Amino acid sequence: MRKPVKQIHLAAHFPGVNNTTVWSDPASGSHIDFSSFVHFAETAERGKFDFMFLAEGLRLREQGGEIYDLDVVGRPDTFTILAALAAVTDRLGLTGTINSTFNEPYEVARQFASLDHLSEGRAAWNVVTSWDAFTGENFRRGGFLAENERYERAEHFLEATHTLFDSWRGDEIVADKDSGVFLSDPAAGAFSYRGAHFDISGRFNVPRSPQGRPVIFQAGDSDHGREFAAAAADAIFSRHGTLADGQAFYADVKGRLAAHGRRPDQLLILPAATFVLGDTDAEAADIAHDVRLAQVSPATAIKFLEQLWNRDLSDHDADGPLPSVDPIVGENTISRGRASVRMHRDPIATANEWRAKAEAENLTTRELIVEVTGRQTFVGSPSTVAETINHLVQADASDGFILVPHVTPGGLDSFVDQVVPLLQERGVFRADYEGTTLRDHLGLAQPVPAVAAAR
Amino acid sequence: MATAPERLHLAVALDGTGWHPASWREPDARPADLLTPRYWTDLVSEAERGLLDFVTIEDGLTLQFDNPLRADERTDRVRGRLDAVLIASRVAPRTSHIGLIPTAITTHTEPFHLSKAIATLDYVSSGRAGVRVQVSGSRDAAAHFGRRTVPDEPKEFADELFTEAADYVEVIRRLWDSWEDDAEIRDVSTGRFIDRTKLHYIDFEGSKFSVKGPSITPRPPQGQPIVAALGHGEAAYRLIASSADVGFVTPHGAAETTAIVDVISAHRAGDAAPAKVFADLVVFLDDTVAGATARRERLDAILGREYISDAEVFVGTPQGLADVLQEWHAAGAAGFRLRPATLPHDLLQITDGLVPELQRRGAFHDAYHAATLRGALDLPRPANRYSNV
Repeated sequence: MRKPVKQIHLAAHFPGVNNTTVWSDPASGSHIDFSSFVHFAETAERGKFDFMFLAEGLRLREQGGEIYDLDVVGRPDTFTILAALAAVTDRLGLTGTINSTFNEPYEVARQFASLDHLSEGRAAWNVVTSWDAFTGENFRRGGFLAENERYERAEHFLEATHTLFDSWRGDEIVADKDSGVFLSDPAAGAFSYRGAHFDISGRFNVPRSPQGRPVIFQAGDSDHGREFAAAAADAIFSRHGTLADGQAFYADVKGRLAAHGRRPDQLLILPAATFVLGDTDAEAADIAHDVRLAQVSPATAIKFLEQLWNRDLSDHDADGPLPSVDPIVGENTISRGRASVRMHRDPIATANEWRAKAEAENLTTRELIVEVTGRQTFVGSPSTVAETINHLVQADASDGFILVPHVTPGGLDSFVDQVVPLLQERGVFRADYEGTTLRDHLGLAQPVPAVAAAR
Repeated sequence: MATAPERLHLAVALDGTGWHPASWREPDARPADLLTPRYWTDLVSEAERGLLDFVTIEDGLTLQFDNPLRADERTDRVRGRLDAVLIASRVAPRTSHIGLIPTAITTHTEPFHLSKAIATLDYVSSGRAGVRVQVSGSRDAAAHFGRRTVPDEPKEFADELFTEAADYVEVIRRLWDSWEDDAEIRDVSTGRFIDRTKLHYIDFEGSKFSVKGPSITPRPPQGQPIVAALGHGEAAYRLIASSADVGFVTPHGAAETTAIVDVISAHRAGDAAPAKVFADLVVFLDDTVAGATARRERLDAILGREYISDAEVFVGTPQGLADVLQEWHAAGAAGFRLRPATLPHDLLQITDGLVPELQRRGAFHDAYHAATLRGALDLPRPANRYSNV
């Protein structure tokens, strides 16, 4: 049987507070003024994107004991900016990253249910966990969560919020002025959740929202994270944007769904992807090279080096070879508030790989960092990029992509103007929105409120 | 001079279909729309058409109950609401002049989150944000969070909650100042996006929380968005005096207005500008006194008892209300927060009746004259507490 042609899902990630975002570009605008968010959201909606995506960080990053100053710093509150963007868009999904460690289920549930009402069914939640005492210094809870407890707490947090979302069936509000009946159920919103991390009960005060629950995203890549996603998420924000990596990840995660009684189309896999467009593939490659150099300045290269070496290398020459001294093994103390440093599981081995690569290819420190921190996902003419994206999706390396432009707020414009029409011509991307909610765009079913239905 | 001193300020307090529990039964009420963005946009737009200085939006961490401290299972009242900060943010891009002051509960929430939320509301509204802080002594709210038990001694607990609220406001204010206005430098020659010497740890340590800072959100357009609080007694008056720009109070006459304003002023630190004291009134308005009285009686008949409130209840015409407001204004109230008994009826009576009447008397502005909520309240943009430290 011939495999059906898949429809591509596209989303836009507001440029973040890392070196991918090139603030030194003359076209770079404000990262905090509302007008930048409006431009970005309106562009994504003009391109008929499924949703826009906001990341979150709850403590400014530090390196060497000082606030990190080389990247964009400063961003808005996730819920508040998404609620405002709901006023300037009609169909675009609004996905926000919200931490499950430094929040409480009742409050997060009422904020997401409110956002879903105020956007008429366009809210999504990227559930992340954090467990470091560094971030905890900004919060009542403070503290530290052992790594083996973080997924458990996140799972319980999500279960607790689902209990809250499901505490209203959606038909309780009668509001019949003649009879005087406002609620059909005197116990509407009643809930109780007890577990190792939460012991809460009472009445939830936001009636069921248009989507029932926000669409749930998960971003972790560990075995735990994949299992969590297979059990409970509607979509994964993944890192695996290439064909081989993507196919392996896709097969692995989709293969886990049956054990949870779910079908493959109930979990979408959406890798993050950067892109550079040019009139020709050669021009795009040239631009991409310039962008990489702007993303990895000599100063930024040294900071990356320090993150692996876990020591002060401020005197090192970025245009010289890699340091001969070895990384300091153990807890990473040089960089704080940055998830990526935790991926350096074996710094000595990684340093040796980098040295071998630098020697083999005759690379300076900065050139090496440019190479190992990855080139852009899609580089080429609009038709090349459209073809590549379609190929990856049809080959089951993903269900679509979350595009991360490198310039705020106009970095998405060229993609929407030049690539989207080509995908539409091929019949693999919507010419217009067919539904109104984010679940509609993603092809996800409306959840049934199991708990309240049983009351 | 942008505002003559005799001019009073006007705000409206939005809550559901209005403050009377039977308001949702009125012919013009929209109880089925309470959870829609259109409902709130319509109300705030109407208030803006009437040139009101700001709206407040009520909120809570429990369902609405007849007695806020005791859960009930009534089915004949409005139940269910949306997060007030998010309502304000949803409305902000659809309005352009009116101030937006949502309620936030300080008892179970994180000051770090609220600080950036209100800073963001200030960005999306171009400088029209405020927040009304409220404590919660509800056992039900505490059970929703499961981290705190409500003790049996209500007086001590109330003192604890107000002390915590003062700490909370201190934290959100320090966080708003934790970035100096010119911290973002984008210096291409050195590769620095910010001048980190202009970002500040707030290092707050209190009995209920400690917060390190700085905020993740740059200093908002107003520098310090407006902080408001409602008070009925000493502990709340002290909070208003120590922490708020605007205090909502509930006097029942001109003399009491003066007395409360004096108490709050006496608690204010010597060098601080006095808090703007707004008197709250519940209003049943109509073109005739008889009409207003009949409306109230009709609503009370549905309620099954006389409606009572912590605030003075005014029943009458916009002209009669204007008399009261001018008298209380002369007695020391900077302005008034009117709680419409029903919506949209009493809001329309305010915008179509009260406002033109006060304008005819030269007691209310004819146009918005300031770009920000602080400006509307004649408050300057404050210097940053961390500058030149």
